[in-house]
Parts: sequence; C-alpha cells; structure tokens
Amino acid sequence: MKNLAKLSYDLREDVIRMIVEGKGGHIGGDMSVMEILVTLYFDQMNISVENQKDPNRDRFVMSKGHSVESYYAVLAEKGFFEKETLIQTFSKFDSPFIGHPNNKLPGIEMNSGSLGHGLPVCVGMAMAGKMNKESYRVYTVMGDGELAEGSVWEAAMAANQYHLDNLCAVVDRNRLQISGNTEDVMGHDSLHDRFQSFGWHVIDVEDGNSVEQLHTAFEEAKTVKGKPTVLIANTVKGKGAAIMENKANWHHKVPTTEEITEILQEFESRKAVL
Amino acid sequence: MNKIPNRQIICEVLVEQAKKDKDIVVLCSDSRGSASLAPFAKEHPEQFVEMGIAEQNLVSAAAGLASCGKKAFAASPACFLSTRSYEQCKVDVAYSNTNVKLIGISGGISYGALGMSHHSAQDIAAMCAIPNMRVYLPSDRFQTKHLIEKLQQDEKPAYIRVGRNPVEDVYSEENCPFELDRATVLTEGTDVAIIACGEMVHPAYEAAKILKEEGIHATVLDMYCIKPLDEQSIINAAKQVKAVLTIEEHSPFGGLGSMVAQVVSSQCPKKVVNMSLPDAPVVTGTSKEVFDHYGLNAKGIVERVKEII
Repeated sequence: MKNLAKLSYDLREDVIRMIVEGKGGHIGGDMSVMEILVTLYFDQMNISVENQKDPNRDRFVMSKGHSVESYYAVLAEKGFFEKETLIQTFSKFDSPFIGHPNNKLPGIEMNSGSLGHGLPVCVGMAMAGKMNKESYRVYTVMGDGELAEGSVWEAAMAANQYHLDNLCAVVDRNRLQISGNTEDVMGHDSLHDRFQSFGWHVIDVEDGNSVEQLHTAFEEAKTVKGKPTVLIANTVKGKGAAIMENKANWHHKVPTTEEITEILQEFESRKAVL
Repeated sequence: MNKIPNRQIICEVLVEQAKKDKDIVVLCSDSRGSASLAPFAKEHPEQFVEMGIAEQNLVSAAAGLASCGKKAFAASPACFLSTRSYEQCKVDVAYSNTNVKLIGISGGISYGALGMSHHSAQDIAAMCAIPNMRVYLPSDRFQTKHLIEKLQQDEKPAYIRVGRNPVEDVYSEENCPFELDRATVLTEGTDVAIIACGEMVHPAYEAAKILKEEGIHATVLDMYCIKPLDEQSIINAAKQVKAVLTIEEHSPFGGLGSMVAQVVSSQCPKKVVNMSLPDAPVVTGTSKEVFDHYGLNAKGIVERVKEII
C-alpha cells in the first residue's frame, strides 16, 4: 500500500508534465482523484494489457472525464500506452491523447467528457454482467459537482431496481467545482442520505486520498449483496502541494515555472515521509 | 388498408431473432406498450429491460450493455429519444461507437392532437448531424422488416424512426426490393423526381400514378436511408428530370429536402423544391388531418409538381 501511495505521487508528476506540455488541463481534480484511480488499477481491478479483450475483465468508466490526465498517467503506468509519447503529445495537434477519455485508445472502455454519463453507462455494463452470469465488477468515478446532473439519479434508481451489486461508484468528494465551493453552487452535504435513500450501500471514506482507506472500502463493497455501493471519498482538490490544495482557481490551470518547482519539491518531501 | 403499424413489425422481427440470438436486448422507457414491444417483453423477459421514464438512462444503459457485447435496441417515442437523450445518443452511442439501435417510435406528428411536445419534426436534422449515426425512415411494414433484419446483423449505431399508425403498403410480401443504404426506385420518369421518406413515400407513389394519367412522368425514390444518403440514386434521378421535389414529415430545416438540395446543387444543378411540415407547431388533428391541411398528400404533391415543371 505504501508503494501505491508513493506511486500516486510519481503519477502526479507525470500529470504536471503532461499539463505543461499540453498547455492546459484539469489539474485540481487530477490531483484529488489520483489515489482512487491508483487503488482501482493497481489494487482492485482485474484489468491489464493482457486481458483487455477478456469478456470477464472488470470494467471502468471515467465519468469525470476532465480528470483525463490522471487517467492517462495511470493507464500509461499499466502499460496501455507509452508514457513519454503521451506526455509529449498530450492535447497537441492530431494527438490521440485528447482532453477527455476516448475509447479509440487501448484500455478505455467508453468516451466521456459530458458529465452524468458514466453511472448510466455502468448500469448497462453491470446488467450485461448479470445477464451473462459473469463475475466482473463495474466501477466509475464521478466528481461531486457532477452529481447535480439528473441522469446520475436516473441511473442510481435503476441500479437499485436491478440489484446491481456488481456495480461500485466512487464520488471524488473534493468539495470544489469550477465556480467555487460545491455547497455554494449546488449543495451535496446530504450525499450519504441521498444515496442511501436510493437504496445504495454507502461507504464514507474519511480520507479519500488514502490508499489504505480506499482499499478497505473497496473490499467492503465486494461483500455487499443485492444492492450497488457508492464510496464517498473525501478528497482534497489539488492534493499534493499547498499552493494547489483547496483552491477553486486550480480547477483548470497550467502552473508557472516557479510553481512547478515548488509543486515537484513538495511531492518529493511528501513522498519521503510516506 | 393495412392494419399493422411499422413498430409492431419491429417487435415481430426482434421476437423472432431473439429466439436464436441471446445477445439481443430490448430496452424501453415505460414505452413497451407504445412501442408495441409488450409481446417481446412477454416472450423474452430475460432479454428485456424496463428503464422507467428516464430516456437519458435508457440510452446510456443501452450503450453500456452494447459495450459488453449485447445488441441493444432502445425504443422510446421519437420526440423524447431525439431530444431528451440526444446527448446520450451523441456521446454514448455514436461517439463511443456502441452497437445500439435507437428506435424512435410514433415519430413525426404521429401523436397528432397531443401537440408539439409529442412531435418529432426535428429528429432527422438532429440525428444526421451526429457523426457515426445512421438514420433510417422506412416507408411501410415490408421495408421495415427488411431494414430491421439487416441492421440487426451489424454492430454500428443507427436511429430508426417509425410512425404510430398503420400506413398503407407501398410494397408487398413478394415484392419488396431492398438493399441497405440504397434508395428504392418505385417508378421512373423524365419530368420530375419525387424523393420521399417514411410515411410520405406512399402519397408520393400515388401522386406519380395520378401524374402519369395526365402525361407527366415522375421518378419516385423511396429514400428510407437518409444517412448515409444514397447520393448516386439522387444524381441518377435528377439528371433525367426538369425538377426535383422532396417530401418529408419533418421541419423544413436540415431534413431530407436540405440534404437532397446539397447533393443536387453541387452534382447536377436543378430546381429542388421541398415539401415539409411548417416551422411552427402544427394544426391540431390526426396525422391524416394534419397532412391534408399542409398538402402533404398525393393531391398536394400533384399540384406542387405541376407548379415546378
């Protein structure tokens, strides 16, 4: 687990480089979601380059598609594509690495970018698993601002109706969206109760940037029968360096040279104490 | 007069195909009755999914199922499917390239007096503008059967619009020439080309028969394949005639008429006149009353043809 915590910081560095090269990226959400993705891809899911065509592989949809830089960094680390090519071409002319997930790339199941699509798509994937009597699990990560989309709740209803216990959603609860504090924009403080009232098993992850806590929560989710599970992962937007943390204006930003130095130094010092 | 609506034919084809193909899944949004799909739900409950009145989730879940190897048929009134879930059609179906066939039922002004909320006079324009989306408007029950049987065999997205009411047969069991993505030439003439789709094909064909008696010879194309549009058939027909008339149960903008005009003006410039619904909520009435009011019938076509040639 310690290694995964460290890996998260290494991949954060890849993200910073990608955003600098591509001259843009959703840096704040990239940082908050990193441990969730790392735990899913390196601890939980049965997904690899070797089994990417296997009908029984676990499925993942990046519903908060704007955090694509973190997603790309994780997939590159998994070997789905070459890391340097990714970093050097991200967002540049004619690059396959566009600013939202695209399933023409290996390892990516579905295109996303418009919010509120991932959970509904995962409902279909989980239904197919039940119909085919396959044991794979289906995961998606949503942003907290995303939960204002009505389609999320259409899917939440259906997941309960069809007892999709092979479905596990994660909310990257970083409490900030582009306009500011989520509670000022459209409040979600009663999130636990909301999902529970929709018939979901709800797990609050106190520190959503802790791979240990995420691991424990995902393990619990696997034991739940007859209903879907959601992890409300309380994360820090811009996690990793003080200048980015909990700052709404780092939602989409390219750091300056000085900021990059500061960020990378802080990554190193935080990694050292893990 | 035929009493079987095209939507019922879709159900019959799917019920039959689902017996041998367990990957076929039909999804409805509390629309199994209006889609005539209740027999499918009864016959193949394990291959039927009720999504409730939630068209966005209907389409996304269909895409999710398709991404896991299912052949998904999502059926919902065209008015909702082509607007409420438009983005899901665009992103989860077309852009993600999932094997979802979107069945827009009771399309156009089929719902008659229910008003504009229930009309889909914009669906051709909307769906055609999405890259990787195919758009089909079959004209009668026989063509609908061929179309669904054919589409069921491929793995690409498509939108199929059918009406609510039974429509007069254009073809017969024995005589229904069909080639996917090629228009069907119903009759050939050298005075005017009438290019129609969906429920307008029958009156177009009737009009050609009336015109013939008056010495005016029309080509009639059943352009059930709006996208990919059969451009070659349009060019072949347009080259032979003095003018081209298009007719569709759609808004004047971005539908069959617009698309035919683009082809004719660039490939073989001729006068192209479009008959369509108005750019307004339509008059209250049954489909027939509405069509008659706007001259979208054989008589109206005959009159229009005489004006333009």
